[in-house]
Amino acid sequence: MRWLLWTLAGILLGGIVHLATILVLPRTASQDAYTRLSPITPVNAMTPLPRPTPGKALLPYMDPAFAVAVCRYDLANGPMRLTAPVSQAYTSVTFYTRLGVAYYGINDRAAGRRTIELYLMTTPQHDAMPEEADVTAADRLIIESPTTTGLIVLRALSPEPGLMPMAQASVNGARCATQAQ
Amino acid sequence: MRLLLGSLYTFVIAAAIGLGSTWFALTRGAGFDTLRIGAWTARPKTGTADIDPYARAAIARSGALPVSLGDGVVFVAARDDQGHPLDGRCDAVIGGNTPAARYFTLTLYEPDGKLVANSLDRQGFTSEELVRNQDGSFTVTVAPRARPGNWLPSGGVERYILVLRFYDTSVGIATRAEREAPMPAIKSAGACP
Repeated sequence: MRWLLWTLAGILLGGIVHLATILVLPRTASQDAYTRLSPITPVNAMTPLPRPTPGKALLPYMDPAFAVAVCRYDLANGPMRLTAPVSQAYTSVTFYTRLGVAYYGINDRAAGRRTIELYLMTTPQHDAMPEEADVTAADRLIIESPTTTGLIVLRALSPEPGLMPMAQASVNGARCATQAQ
Repeated sequence: MRLLLGSLYTFVIAAAIGLGSTWFALTRGAGFDTLRIGAWTARPKTGTADIDPYARAAIARSGALPVSLGDGVVFVAARDDQGHPLDGRCDAVIGGNTPAARYFTLTLYEPDGKLVANSLDRQGFTSEELVRNQDGSFTVTVAPRARPGNWLPSGGVERYILVLRFYDTSVGIATRAEREAPMPAIKSAGACP
């Protein structure tokens, strides 16, 4: 009877351990995407990533049909402006938090112009924007980042292998830069 | 003494169950919003801020960046329609139709997310590259040796997974059934060692 109680306590404690590890793991992961990209991506600049190959890929499960560029951002010094030319085929921009959560994604059709233009800021920075600036900004796309640091990933599709230079040229034309407030 | 032994026993059980189940959930994949269509599974919420804690832990561990829902939806298959694991030494035929999307890509990976090496340097097809049947459906053969039509070389790896990504599509969190999202069948064919 006593051992049954000990076992029950063990199972209960095991459940707690399970939940705790699942919740804590993202904060302790040493090989998450942000950490993997840090050595090759300067802060607040767009960096094209090398194409994934069977021998070498920066991140797992990358789609080899896409040209990719990454902007590792830090909003501590002010909001950020992102411009990206739309490629012939398909272009998308995805915003990730420091821990790799995709909190916002948009494609060229939804952005709806020849150039994708987005402003990224934290909620306090958005609140600090002057009122009239917000009105003139009605047609500007403003995205609020839940974290101060994170990743912007720009992807351009190469529908066939011969079009990869076109897709790469398109992501190479993208810029991300801190804006004076 | 009895208390010490008892609590030690409890801790061992707790560690085994707690860490074991975490490991199992992260490597086998557990999720609350899994959409299953045939052999394919998708977890659309993984591409949103509403990602569940299991998927969050899994991406942090693997280092992958999930495709956001505003971009597209990702379907993964590790087994054929009969439930056999996909084996790169055998032939598998993927055929049928796909849900409406502006583009899709079909890519072959090793289970840990590496691309599979092969002499042709082809790891997948985009929807533009596929040779279609007259009714618009397609057939892709994954095989270690050259096959006519859309041949995706498997490189002879023991295990592989297929990833079908739909970009700019209406498939998403609200999708529940095959009627809304027809997915291609995966059939193992021919001899296997």
